[in-house]
Amino acid sequence: MNHAIKVRGLKKSYDGKIAVNGIDLEVLKGEIFAILGPNGAGKTTTVEILEGYRDRDSGDVAVLELDPEHLGSQSSSWRNRIGIVLQSTSDAGDLSVSETIHHFSHYYTNPKNPDDVITLVGLDEKRDDRVHNLSGGQRRRLDVALGIVGSPEILFLDEPTTGFDPEARRAFWGLIRTLKSEGTTILLTTHYLDEAEELADRVAVINHGKIIEIATPATLGGRHLSKATITWKENERMQSKISANPTFDIQELSKTFNGDIPELTVTRPTLEDIYITMIGASK
Amino acid sequence: MNILRIGALRGGLEIKQFMRRRESVVFTLMFPVLLLFIFGSVFKNTIAPGVTFSQYFISGMVASGLVNTGFQQLAINIPMERDFGTLKRLRGTPMSPISFFIGKAILVFTAMLIQVFLLLLFGILFFHLHMPHSPALWLRFAWLVILGSASSTVLGIAFATVIKSGRGAAAVVSPIVIILQFLSGVFFVFSSLPSWMQKFASLFPLKWLTQGMRSVFLPDSFASQEVAHSWEIGRTALILVVWLVLGTILAARSFKWSDQ
Repeated sequence: MNHAIKVRGLKKSYDGKIAVNGIDLEVLKGEIFAILGPNGAGKTTTVEILEGYRDRDSGDVAVLELDPEHLGSQSSSWRNRIGIVLQSTSDAGDLSVSETIHHFSHYYTNPKNPDDVITLVGLDEKRDDRVHNLSGGQRRRLDVALGIVGSPEILFLDEPTTGFDPEARRAFWGLIRTLKSEGTTILLTTHYLDEAEELADRVAVINHGKIIEIATPATLGGRHLSKATITWKENERMQSKISANPTFDIQELSKTFNGDIPELTVTRPTLEDIYITMIGASK
Repeated sequence: MNILRIGALRGGLEIKQFMRRRESVVFTLMFPVLLLFIFGSVFKNTIAPGVTFSQYFISGMVASGLVNTGFQQLAINIPMERDFGTLKRLRGTPMSPISFFIGKAILVFTAMLIQVFLLLLFGILFFHLHMPHSPALWLRFAWLVILGSASSTVLGIAFATVIKSGRGAAAVVSPIVIILQFLSGVFFVFSSLPSWMQKFASLFPLKWLTQGMRSVFLPDSFASQEVAHSWEIGRTALILVVWLVLGTILAARSFKWSDQ
């Protein structure tokens, strides 16, 4: 089996309100898979069903070949193989960073070295600080540390970089790539399109509890086939042209300028442009 | 075995957190000692030959200590941990729920021992409290403490599930405990309470714990002053066991790791 996660026809509603309305998806082992969608689209419900926190109404779910809703005696051994970073936690925080991570490492049969984990998430300077003294971004890094300390085969990350400054986000992306290179499967939900583009092998866009499309970030919504916009400066004004074949058009332009085209740019729609269009169309 | 080892680790962690939380140390440990000083200093009257009100009061406070450190502490802290997401995070790890409850029990037992020790120490030093003089009484004291603590712990865990939010927990739980203390003869002499109040209080464990503690710390002759003219030791044990079993079933059935 090279599927880490397999979902078929997943449905869930709360008090008659549909949250997840028939989702199918497969996450391959070793893959980084991102789920994108607006608030209330069903992302967190889907992920929490996969994590074993919520029961579903119907459909089939297998995470590491087990059904999270019916783990029975394998509950502990299954959780030993997964790592969860929840959306928001705010522990009372009377323990230090180091104490918390060391303690959690005892829950797992094959933990990473807690001191290495502290370094990995960049909390070395805060290791002896009480958790309640950490900033929002530092707390989030602690959440991530607790999610990975057990050397999980699958790591669930629910909006992991909320509250990070740009530098911390870059560092976090580096950490995620390190985990991927160690073979960890990662299921990520995020609001940041650049984050999905940077990290994900494949993305799923969901809205109103349904999957709109699953694709690589580069091909989502036919992005690779979409027309490019060429802009340049001519007669002291910016000119632009929508082009189906920018290479040809630029060669032609280059001829008219006898070489260098002033202030030339060629852009294709960003992942965000594509995403906004998809969500808009699905309303 | 791993379940026990992690339970012990959690117990250590819970104690560490407890000691670092100033409000828990002050509220749970020091407040009863403070009450002892106030009541003990104000009411110096003798309520029966050789028994002062302060001795009567300390017996009740020792019983209350079991309720404070178990029921009150857990029924306030568990909803807060649920709100914070602490419980949800723990549920996502391989840690067994049994280890979690072992940790809580270790916390309660430790806080209870400190509480009882402080009350007895101050009772002996300032209010002429007499320690039990026979091994039989010490044995009775031991099982009252163990049964009382255990039922208080499971009832606290069970009650935590009916509390909606961590922020409001203290406002719900503290009045219940204080009212129970009034009804159960901690602040007043139980036999002087109206009979309907006595009957109502008899449904709950605290009344039996206070009476049991009086049987340990007051002279045996005082038994005749009790409502039943006896210490009712057998009945006390029975009622505590019933509450322990009931509390365990309720706690096991209703415990929620998150408020969804």
